[in-house]
Amino acid sequence: MKYLKFIILGIIFGIMFVKSEVVSWYRIYEMFRFESFHMYGIIGSAVVLGAILTLLIKKKRVRNIEGDIISFQDKAKTWPRYIIGGTVFGLGWALTGACPGPMFTLVGAGFPIFLVVIVSAIFGTYVYGAIRDKIPH
Amino acid sequence: MIEFIKQPWPWYIAGPIIAAVYGSLLFFGKSFGISATLRSMCSAMGAGKRIDFFDFDWKGQMWNLMFVLGAVIGGFIATMFLSEPMEMQLSEVTKENLTSYGLVSWKNGIAPVEIFNWASLITAKGFIMMVLGGFLIGFGSRYSGGCTSGHAISGLSNLQLPSLVAVIGFFIGGLFITWLVLPHLLTM
Repeated sequence: MKYLKFIILGIIFGIMFVKSEVVSWYRIYEMFRFESFHMYGIIGSAVVLGAILTLLIKKKRVRNIEGDIISFQDKAKTWPRYIIGGTVFGLGWALTGACPGPMFTLVGAGFPIFLVVIVSAIFGTYVYGAIRDKIPH
Repeated sequence: MIEFIKQPWPWYIAGPIIAAVYGSLLFFGKSFGISATLRSMCSAMGAGKRIDFFDFDWKGQMWNLMFVLGAVIGGFIATMFLSEPMEMQLSEVTKENLTSYGLVSWKNGIAPVEIFNWASLITAKGFIMMVLGGFLIGFGSRYSGGCTSGHAISGLSNLQLPSLVAVIGFFIGGLFITWLVLPHLLTM
């Protein structure tokens, strides 16, 4: 089953999310109040290690499992979408206390109420798709 | 070993795991970005018939949907087998602040069940925090082209200025809600 490795990676990810309390609304609240290092440590160490990994992959021209050299796409440099879209996302993040990964993990962690958040997020994505030609990017 | 795992994991365990997942996905020929699955779900439900943005081969994103399914299963495993009910190790000031709003469920769990429950969906507070909050996550992540995984982890790791701008946006929105909106919402 070619998807098994992705399911396993997801399982590891979900376990880590619960055990490190990243899925907790309380931790997000604490983060935005700057009252703990916890979330900053998690995101910060992930980014620092991720950046080292990215640099090494580029330098050594590492190949992926399919034999192709791993490449990275630069994001388009048009600013309104990042600052406006990012701010809209931040509003939702602080209200629900969950970004897209945690909202799925929370359903498995015994909080099926987060299905409501997921359905709303799918609807939000749909509305974006419907009006994207009319908003600045 | 299992006793060790059952404790809450510190940041210096969680961060490296995220980086390892990011690296593994690159090695498998994919890229790390969870909110993209929301677009795939729209497409899978037939939104591509009416809106071009959803008219793509979502089955090519099946790996990511399977990753998200794994994240649900992982949540179940961690909660059922790898956790014990215990008080969250939040900072003292946060605990005092939460208690002043009558939020005390951090003493034996990770979610504020006082707010996030089915009955509160029909209250203004519950509707804004769950339904509106979810909508803004879906709209905002696609508008900005990524969420915490796509911009904060993948984008910043690749030193992308647009991702830094998006993450600054995440904080503008998050700080606005936390400092200016929640104090009113939580006393409703």
